[in-house]
Amino acid sequence: MPKAHREQWATRSGFLLAAIGSAVGLGNIWRFPYVAYESGGGAFLVPYLVALLTAGIPLLILSYTIGHRFRASPPVALRRLSRPAEAIGWWQVLISFFIAIYYAVIIAWAIRYAGFSIGQQWGAEPGPFFESTFVGITEAGDFGTYNIGVAVPLVAVWIIVLLLLGFGVRRGIEVANKIFMPLLLVLFGALVVRAVTLEGAGEGLDALFAPDWSALGDGSVWVAAYGQIFFSLSIGFGIMITYASYLRRKADLTGTALVAGFANSSFELLAGIGVFSALGFMAVQSGGEVQDVAAGGIGLAFVAFPQIISQMPAGDVFGVLFFVSLVVAGLSSLISIVQVVVGAVQDRFGVGRVPAVAVVGGATAVVSIALFPAGQGLILLDTIDHWINQYGIALASLVLVVVVAWALRSLPTLQRYTDTISSVPLRGWWVVTLGAITPVVLGYMMYDSLKAELSAPYEDYPQWFLNAAGWGVAGGVIVLSVLITAVLWKRDVGTAEDDLERERQESAAGQAAGEGDV
Amino acid sequence: MSTGAVVMLVVAIVIIWGGLAASALWLRAHPDPEDAARRQAR
Repeated sequence: MPKAHREQWATRSGFLLAAIGSAVGLGNIWRFPYVAYESGGGAFLVPYLVALLTAGIPLLILSYTIGHRFRASPPVALRRLSRPAEAIGWWQVLISFFIAIYYAVIIAWAIRYAGFSIGQQWGAEPGPFFESTFVGITEAGDFGTYNIGVAVPLVAVWIIVLLLLGFGVRRGIEVANKIFMPLLLVLFGALVVRAVTLEGAGEGLDALFAPDWSALGDGSVWVAAYGQIFFSLSIGFGIMITYASYLRRKADLTGTALVAGFANSSFELLAGIGVFSALGFMAVQSGGEVQDVAAGGIGLAFVAFPQIISQMPAGDVFGVLFFVSLVVAGLSSLISIVQVVVGAVQDRFGVGRVPAVAVVGGATAVVSIALFPAGQGLILLDTIDHWINQYGIALASLVLVVVVAWALRSLPTLQRYTDTISSVPLRGWWVVTLGAITPVVLGYMMYDSLKAELSAPYEDYPQWFLNAAGWGVAGGVIVLSVLITAVLWKRDVGTAEDDLERERQESAAGQAAGEGDV
Repeated sequence: MSTGAVVMLVVAIVIIWGGLAASALWLRAHPDPEDAARRQAR
């Protein structure tokens, strides 16, 4: 089947903004502050920076290098590295599919909560309002009532995402991020300025930044730091391989990775300052301590923040700023997640962008809209998120680094490739961090979470439900990726150089035809 | 805020936001060949 010319970012800054937009998501706002607070406060900075420099940025560079060198989405790029490695690519694609279906619903909740902020429509008790009135939470396995109030914004989210993807890399993703990222900075910046001027902000910041140096001797704190860097940087599920595949042939991979890595951490730090200032205010208002109100995740966004908004003067504005920030941060990430699935189908089957978006993106949207606005949505989301993070993203990354570094021994070749086009030379540290430090840390993370899984059922959900929605999903994507690879085993993809040569010839033929017309 | 917290807040800002500023300036000083050619053409 004839392939179209590969799409390309219009500018390097466009790629950078898209990569940062992907990395900066809900986890930066609601995960980092709480993880840092729980893991030594200010002392957490030490393992966090070590993790950024020894795992986060090296893995980011590895993803950029694979995507750029092999010029394709994960399945084709990894097949070009080694035929069996295509399975890892499909594994990443299927992980992205599952993340997309539940990630979208959180954005839909945030859209509704931006509206609820005006007049604080959650009433005096935001916790029961969120769980009972809004989500209509049910027991695990009980589908519950289908909630039109969630379905409508969810449909809107999917229409926006699919339209932007339909416009393509340059006119859709790049343009959207050039609007979304400055907008996010302005909205969230305004929120942080307001938060740090609240009464009690100092107490909140003190709780977040007061260092507990003894935490550095605790292995779990180091695991938490690597986990935070890892899950926050959008590495391990194919996004950065996909995005880097649209770069020009001469592109500074290491320089851009450093900017993207530090930009992601910079936003996390900003979020930590904003969130804990607000939590300090909440503690002072309730006459308690920050430790009594500190929270992370969905509880922070949809229970603690509504309480804070209700207590503060001009809370409506603060609420709109907070929830619209969540929407913008979430949308720019969701676009990148769905692009992994769409791009993979385009590259592997030679399908055009619009049909790929319509069929694959549309199918993803249908599954998301069918399942998650129901009462079971929250529990299903929580379970799939936990398993797909631990035994999807983290395990797939562990397998990828072990395969690339040890089975194929490709790191020195990839390093030479990156060094010839980049401004910051990798030298030996990259090979050492990826070949030794990252696999050891990821392996330990895997052991640690498996131990927790086997000691007690996650969140006390029924075991049959965890087997289906947790192990079933995480294991299912592995089996399915192997099956897809086996089916496509003999269907060759050619090399990146073949694609480039074909595009050169087509361009030359097009130019010659154009000259002939004149 | 305690002194320790203020110090760690400042250190975090200097290292992380400083790291972003430094890496962005470095990247700006090392344009990709096509961007450099475009700049020269202007």
